[in-house]
Amino acid sequence: MQIPESWLRTLVNPSLTTEELSHLLTMSGLEVEECVPVAPPFSGIVVGEVLSVEKHPNADKLSLCRVNSGASEPLQIVCGAPNVRVGMKVPLATVGAQLPGEDGKPFEIKVARMRGVESRGMLCSARELGLSQDHSGLLDLGAAATVGEDVRRTLALDDHRITIKLTPNKADCLSVLGVAREVAALTGARLTPPWIPTIPAQNEARHPFGISAVEGCGRFTGRVIRNVDAKAPTPEWMKQRLERAGQRSISALVDITNYVMLEMGRPLHVYDLDKLSGAIDVRWGVKGEKLKLLNEQTVDVDGSVLCIADASGPIGLAGIMGGDSTKAELDTRNIFLEAAFFFPEAIAGRARRYNFSSDASHRFERGVDFDNNVAGIERATELVLELCGGEPGPCVDRVERLPARAPVRMRVARAQKVIGVPIRAEEMAEIFTRLGLAFARDTEGGDEAFVVTPPSFRFDLQIEEDLIEEVARVYGFERIPANPPRAVAAMRTQPESQRSLHELRALLAAADYQEVVNFSFVDADWEAELGGNANPIRLLNPIASHQSVMRSTLIGGLVDNIRYNVARKQSRVRVFEIGRAYLRDAAVAEGELAVAGIRQPMRVACAAFGPALEEQWGAATRGVDFYDLKADLEALVAPLQARFEAAPHPALHPGRAARVLLDGQEVGWIGELHPKWQARFELPQPVVLFELDAAPLQSLGVPRAAHPSRFPPVIRDLAVLVDSGLPAQALIDAIFAEKHPIVQGVRLFDVYQGKSLPEGKKSLAFRIVMQDTEKTLTDADADAAIARAVESLQRRFDASLRS
Amino acid sequence: MTNLDQIVARALADLAAAADPAALENAKAGYLGKSGELTALLKSLGALAPEERKSAGAAINAAKGRLEAALDARRAELADARLSARLAGEALDVTLPARGRGRGGIHPVIRTWQRIEAIFGSIGFDVADGPEIETDWYNFTALNNPENHPARSMQDTFYIEDKDATGLPLLLRTHTSPMQVRYARQHKPPIKVIAPGRTYRVDSDATHSPMFHQVEGLWIAEDISFADLKGVYVDFLRRFFETEDLQVRFRPSFFPFTEPSAEIDMQFGDGPLKGRWLEISGSGQVHPTVVRNFGLDPERYIGFAFGSGLERLTMLRYGIDDLRLFFDGDLRFLKQFS
Repeated sequence: MQIPESWLRTLVNPSLTTEELSHLLTMSGLEVEECVPVAPPFSGIVVGEVLSVEKHPNADKLSLCRVNSGASEPLQIVCGAPNVRVGMKVPLATVGAQLPGEDGKPFEIKVARMRGVESRGMLCSARELGLSQDHSGLLDLGAAATVGEDVRRTLALDDHRITIKLTPNKADCLSVLGVAREVAALTGARLTPPWIPTIPAQNEARHPFGISAVEGCGRFTGRVIRNVDAKAPTPEWMKQRLERAGQRSISALVDITNYVMLEMGRPLHVYDLDKLSGAIDVRWGVKGEKLKLLNEQTVDVDGSVLCIADASGPIGLAGIMGGDSTKAELDTRNIFLEAAFFFPEAIAGRARRYNFSSDASHRFERGVDFDNNVAGIERATELVLELCGGEPGPCVDRVERLPARAPVRMRVARAQKVIGVPIRAEEMAEIFTRLGLAFARDTEGGDEAFVVTPPSFRFDLQIEEDLIEEVARVYGFERIPANPPRAVAAMRTQPESQRSLHELRALLAAADYQEVVNFSFVDADWEAELGGNANPIRLLNPIASHQSVMRSTLIGGLVDNIRYNVARKQSRVRVFEIGRAYLRDAAVAEGELAVAGIRQPMRVACAAFGPALEEQWGAATRGVDFYDLKADLEALVAPLQARFEAAPHPALHPGRAARVLLDGQEVGWIGELHPKWQARFELPQPVVLFELDAAPLQSLGVPRAAHPSRFPPVIRDLAVLVDSGLPAQALIDAIFAEKHPIVQGVRLFDVYQGKSLPEGKKSLAFRIVMQDTEKTLTDADADAAIARAVESLQRRFDASLRS
Repeated sequence: MTNLDQIVARALADLAAAADPAALENAKAGYLGKSGELTALLKSLGALAPEERKSAGAAINAAKGRLEAALDARRAELADARLSARLAGEALDVTLPARGRGRGGIHPVIRTWQRIEAIFGSIGFDVADGPEIETDWYNFTALNNPENHPARSMQDTFYIEDKDATGLPLLLRTHTSPMQVRYARQHKPPIKVIAPGRTYRVDSDATHSPMFHQVEGLWIAEDISFADLKGVYVDFLRRFFETEDLQVRFRPSFFPFTEPSAEIDMQFGDGPLKGRWLEISGSGQVHPTVVRNFGLDPERYIGFAFGSGLERLTMLRYGIDDLRLFFDGDLRFLKQFS
């Protein structure tokens, strides 16, 4: 909310500078976002009256003026403005005046000769004073301005626009009066609320109204005023206050309602009485009804929307915006003023549903004083009569149902405990008094307590904490000490069997991968193409089409990181991300850590592009490949041991993709990016990547030690010839499946395929380590174990032994 | 000079002159070999008288001992020289760049995340985790932010097409606060926990990212006051920025889930941002309705919560001025944190 400081100071005027006032408001919860002067600094500008205008002897576009500056002798001034005329009162910069310069530096007015004629000052436009961009002519100060007076005084320019960022609970501060009340409470300065007259009726003109929806509208106050001049101009003082409060002046009647709303927080509506068809009723909308609003928007209403209606149907959205059909215009003669109280629950969220917000809805959603309806009508009537004339009828006030103001009890000890400071009860009493909160004191149940009855303008005082907050706020957060807390010193550690995601990060960083953080929402195409997910979790309100669905895989982001960096001339990119994937899964039940129907596993994903090692003198340059990533994956999961099964994945090269298993469970994928996606991302070389569920990698168990054998191992090599399509894993599994108990380890150390071998065959060489814990192995023992392995390979795979 | 002295002098000179092991063995043979000069002298002893034989024998044996010692010394010398020559040939240019793999790095926001876990871990805070696609109840209602409440419009929420059991659309959590509810429902007081993670809001410009990170802090016990909140958070900021030269102010604000609520601002005493108040966190005493939603009795348990933006802390810590750098994945930026 924006208010001019000068307006505020008419209601409460503490001896504080503007800056001190801003700080006070900020530190009491009314955050001053901005406090800017309404005019730049300048001096020596007075109201001058143009006494005569003659043509400049030597210039067509200049005039020679005699100007009364209030001094005994008129000044001769050369002026180039087209609108200069005799009798006009304008800002006059006298010799020695400091004007705001275009470059921010002030410049001084000196006696000048212009085309041979002396000029003892300058007549100014609004732009020359830094008041606006208007440079069409001199700023006309109006006939009422006092000649010789400082223009800063005439235009009340020693003023600031204070913009306050109000939190939703501070609805009571949505007016100059509200802020003034707050300032008075905080400083003890005297509050002078606007004086509210009681305007007697001059006739019996009334407009009938009723309230059908009493649960939405608790009070409705109205008044007819006949024979107003809606064309009357809004006076400068009102325009100025409205403009400095961020309200554009529209017409006298509209300006008056806005003025009263800003002044006392009382939204009003003004109808053209002659456009109303029959009695007004406040009722819920009916599905199918339509309404054209003041902002020209036509909306559909239904049973959840509170409407102002007459015989023609809805004529306004209650508490939000009036309708176009009954609005007061410049030719309006007779008006009906409305000041209603709508319950916040009846208004909240409705405007948002129609995608707009209004000053009225902003206030009614948060709570409007339900005790100032009549005052608001009286104040507005006074202004209408003053500005537009007219004859008021009686003010008709109907009260149906008002918000309860149940007393709220605050225990002194509880407040002290929550705040952490032993604030004395007497100080609390003073705080409540200054806030205008009526209270009683009791000691029920042995607790010293205050019982506060909230005033009609406060909607945020319902429970004990609401009062504790008021005490803390006015006591001053700055006065509350920063205590080092005392607590039981209990140790807290991560279980040894678990490792954190940060440990996985450290491993990947050490393995030459740079961590990235990618958005969780991605392009739907990525999901379809890289995730094979035709039905991704869609956002209802995405911010951009390429961020419209939740990712089920981290692959797209990583490949895109590579694209981004390759486009910036990086030849080698290795990135990883640890983050969630989001998948629909009917098996996920609602739980303390789960949302039904959606699985959100944490994933670890890595991608590498370019040379396996940074190009260097000491190693031949070669592109990163599947086995490099496989090594990184194995190092990451160690001491767990992963298994790999060839299987297709939509993102991956069909011949270079594997499902990764831990303990027989699928935990992810590894492979080379499919060449068609590589081309799509415009990458000149392959990308190799893997993506794993993080949770299985975090659970390692605690080691259990066994005694090392005291007997020497026997090592034998075994080379077999098999079909070239046979996965090596199958042979290793076979050896283990029927392994002799002395076999401790099997390592594939050579793979050969070439001319010396039969077509379609390959040779695999295994190193087999054997050891017994009970005795030294003999050759015969070793031979028997090897023979068993060979027999198994022969039987299963038709393997032949190479000698 | 006797003949023996002459032989010894010659022999020592020959040994010293031998340039390699073969020459040394040759020189040795000329004196100590089967037909060597000393060997010959020893053989000739038999021709001497017994009394002469004894003294001459001792002299020759002493000379032999000297030669053998000289021989050993020369052998060692030659071996050393040979090793030195070999090692000299094996010398490397130790200034050549190292071989092997490079080093990656941790993302700066995650680095902040880790530091915050460590700082709060040092006074016994646990770390909680929770889902990012959330229900309306955990994200709003449980936190005392009912539907249609004006406070909801403070946060622009991303919704997804899927719905929860009550028919409300699921959403991307707008803050890390739902995790405090989830954690508190599973644990008994005293509850001391931080919950860092990703959060989402419909907002995108130079100072807002639709996805960002927050850390939630929660301490619930029988007597944790607003003054304790001030103590903990001020201490945290001084540890995080590693300076005592830091002003912190708490200013009244409003959040549905805390009361009293405070916005926390800080000000550096030094550096480019010196003297400016910077908003750093929202905080307050947990609202009794929220404590009730934890499954606890607010009459018995009170405490504080706070929520801070990790990007903001990271930017202030490392002098980063553009939020978007965190999410571009630009290695030239990220590598600075390796």
